[in-house]
Amino acid sequence: MENILEIKDLKISFKTFFGEVEAVRGINFDVGKKETVAIVGESGCGKSVTANSIMQLLPMPPAFFKGGEILFNGENLLNKTEKEMQKIRGNKISMVFQDPMTSLNPTMRIGDQIVEGLKKHRKLTAKEAEKKAIEMLELVSVPQPEKRVKQYPHEFSGGMRQRVMIALAMVCTPELLIADEPTTALDVTVQAQILDLMKKLQDKLDMSIILITHDLGVVADMSDRIVVMYAGQIVESGLTDDIFKNPHHPYTKRLLASVPSLDMSKDEPLHAIDGTPPDLYIPPKGCAFYDRCDRALKICKDYMPESTQHSDTHCSSCWLNHPMAQKVNGTERREA
Amino acid sequence: MAKYIIKRVAISLVTIWAIITITFILMHSVPGNPFRSESKMPPGVYENLLKKYGLDKPLPEQYTIYLKRLLKGDFGESMKSRVETVNDMINRGFPVSAYLGLQALIIALCFGPALGVIAALNQNKWPDYLSMVIAILGISVPSFIMGTIFIQFLARNISWLPIAGWGTFAHTILPSLALAMMPLAYIARLMRSSMLEILGQDYIKTAKSKGISKSAVVLKHAVRNAILPIVSVLGTLVSNLLVGSFVVEKIFGIPGLGMSFVSSISNRDYTLIMGTTIFYAIILIVMLLLVDIAYVFVDPRIKLTKEGR
Repeated sequence: MENILEIKDLKISFKTFFGEVEAVRGINFDVGKKETVAIVGESGCGKSVTANSIMQLLPMPPAFFKGGEILFNGENLLNKTEKEMQKIRGNKISMVFQDPMTSLNPTMRIGDQIVEGLKKHRKLTAKEAEKKAIEMLELVSVPQPEKRVKQYPHEFSGGMRQRVMIALAMVCTPELLIADEPTTALDVTVQAQILDLMKKLQDKLDMSIILITHDLGVVADMSDRIVVMYAGQIVESGLTDDIFKNPHHPYTKRLLASVPSLDMSKDEPLHAIDGTPPDLYIPPKGCAFYDRCDRALKICKDYMPESTQHSDTHCSSCWLNHPMAQKVNGTERREA
Repeated sequence: MAKYIIKRVAISLVTIWAIITITFILMHSVPGNPFRSESKMPPGVYENLLKKYGLDKPLPEQYTIYLKRLLKGDFGESMKSRVETVNDMINRGFPVSAYLGLQALIIALCFGPALGVIAALNQNKWPDYLSMVIAILGISVPSFIMGTIFIQFLARNISWLPIAGWGTFAHTILPSLALAMMPLAYIARLMRSSMLEILGQDYIKTAKSKGISKSAVVLKHAVRNAILPIVSVLGTLVSNLLVGSFVVEKIFGIPGLGMSFVSSISNRDYTLIMGTTIFYAIILIVMLLLVDIAYVFVDPRIKLTKEGR
C-alpha cells in the first residue's frame, strides 16, 4: 500500500520555565491511502501533540521540533514555510477537534465557517459557497440544511456541532483527516453516530484518517491499524486484530484489561494501571513503563527496549519480547 | 425589540425620577444655600432673593414646583448667572463638550483596540511592553498633567498648535488628546486581556486548521470576539466623554459643560446642580440602552425579547 503520511523519528519538545519537556520522543509510523490509523494512549502521552504537529498547529514557542521528519506524499512538512502550510491545512489535511462546544466561532454563521477554508483554497463566489455549505450539511446529515447554514453555533446541540466540524473539515475533500478525540465530549449514542458518519465519509471521499483517542471501544470499530503510545514513545503497533487479540507489550495488555466489560460481576473491581506516567522533564533512561510494570526486568530500568518485529505488521518495544529475553526470563525478574 | 425598548425607556424614567429626588434631598440637606455666603448682603435683599427663587417655601412644595417645571423641559434659572438660564448653559456648553468628547472617543477607539491587539499578538515581546507602558501611563497620569505636558511640548516649544482657547479645529486637538488618553489606555488594556483569552480558544485553532491567513484568523475570528467586552464599557465611557471633563476644559479654557458641572456645586447653584445631574443621567441611560441594543448586532447569542429580562 502506498503511504500518504510517514513520520520518521519525530521528536518534539516544549520549552518551559522549569526546563525542557520531551513530549514526543522519537516516534515512527505511517498511514496508508484510505487507511484508518488509531493512536491510543492515556492523557499526556503525546498523541495530541503528534496530531497537531502534522498540521503544525503547535504554539511555537514553547514547542519546537527536535528532530525527525513528517513526510506527506513524500514532502517533508517540517521544511514548509507558513504560507506553504496554509495551502495544505484544510485543503490536503484537515482536523476535527475534541470539543465541538468550543471549536466553533460563536459569532460567525455556521455556513460561513464551513466554507471559509474552501473560499480560500478554491476561490468560490458567495453564491457557490453557500450552495456548497448546504451540500456539506446534507452530507453530514444535519436536517434542514438551508435553514441551518444561516444559524450560529449556539443554536446547535453538541452532536450536531461535531457534524458541522466534520463538514468543515471535509469541505475541501482532504486526503488526510486527523480526528483528535472526536467523540470524547459526546454522549455514547451520539458517539456511535459520529463514528458511523466518519466511516461513511471515508468510503465516499477516499481519505485516510488518523484517529486519536483513549477509548479502545472507539478504536475497535474504526481503525485498520493501532499505534499505542506511552510517555512520548510508541510502545506497540499493529493491525487492530494484532493489538486486540495478541498484545505483546505489558502496557497494551493492561490497557486492554482495564476496559470494563458487561459480563463483569458487580463486585469485581475495575482494573486500573497503578501509578502515573513518568515526568517528561526528566525522561527515564530505560523503559518509561518500568515503574508501573509488574513484569519489569533489571535491564528495563537502564536500557531503552529495542523494537521487536512479531510479524510484518506487528511490532512492540519491550525487553520481554526481545529474542534474547527468552533465556533470561524468570531468573532476572525483578521483585514486583 | 420595540417592546424591549419601550420597557427600558419606562424603567429609565423611573430611574431618572429617583435620581432627581435623591439629588434634590442631598442638595438641600447640605447646610447653607446659594446666597448665604455673600455675607455683606443686607437681610432684606437676602430675603428677597430667597423669595425670587422660591427658596422660602417649604421643601416639599419646592420639590413639586421643580418637578412641574421640569416636565415642561425647563431646568429653571441659574441662581448665580444672571444672564443665562440652566437650559442656555447646557445648550451652549454641551455641543462644545460633546464635540471634544466625540473627537477624543474617535482617537481612543482608533488606537486603543489596535494597541491591545498588537500587544496580545506579541505577548511578552517588546511591542507588548511598549503598548502596556503607554497604557499604564495613560491610566495613571492624570489628564491635567497630560494636558500641561502637551501644551508645553506641542504648543510652547514647537508652537504647532494653540495653547488654549476655543474656535478653530487646531484648538480642539490638544484637549481631545488629553481627554482621549485615559479611555485609550483603558480600552487597550481591556482589549489585550480579551484578545489573549480569545487567542487561546479552540475555535482559533479551528480557524487556523482551515488554512486561512494569519490576518484573517486575527481579524475575522479573534478581534470580532474580543471586541465584545469593549462594547460593554463603551456606554459609561462615551457618556463621561460627552459631558466633558472639568479639568481639561479648565486647563484649555474651553467653554464646555464640564466647567458648569463642577462650579455649580461649589457655588451651590441649586438649579444648575439639578440640571447638569439630570442631563448627565439621561445621557448615561441613553448610552447604556444603546450599548444593550448594539449587543444584539455584535453578539448573535444575545436576543432582546420581551421575555428576555
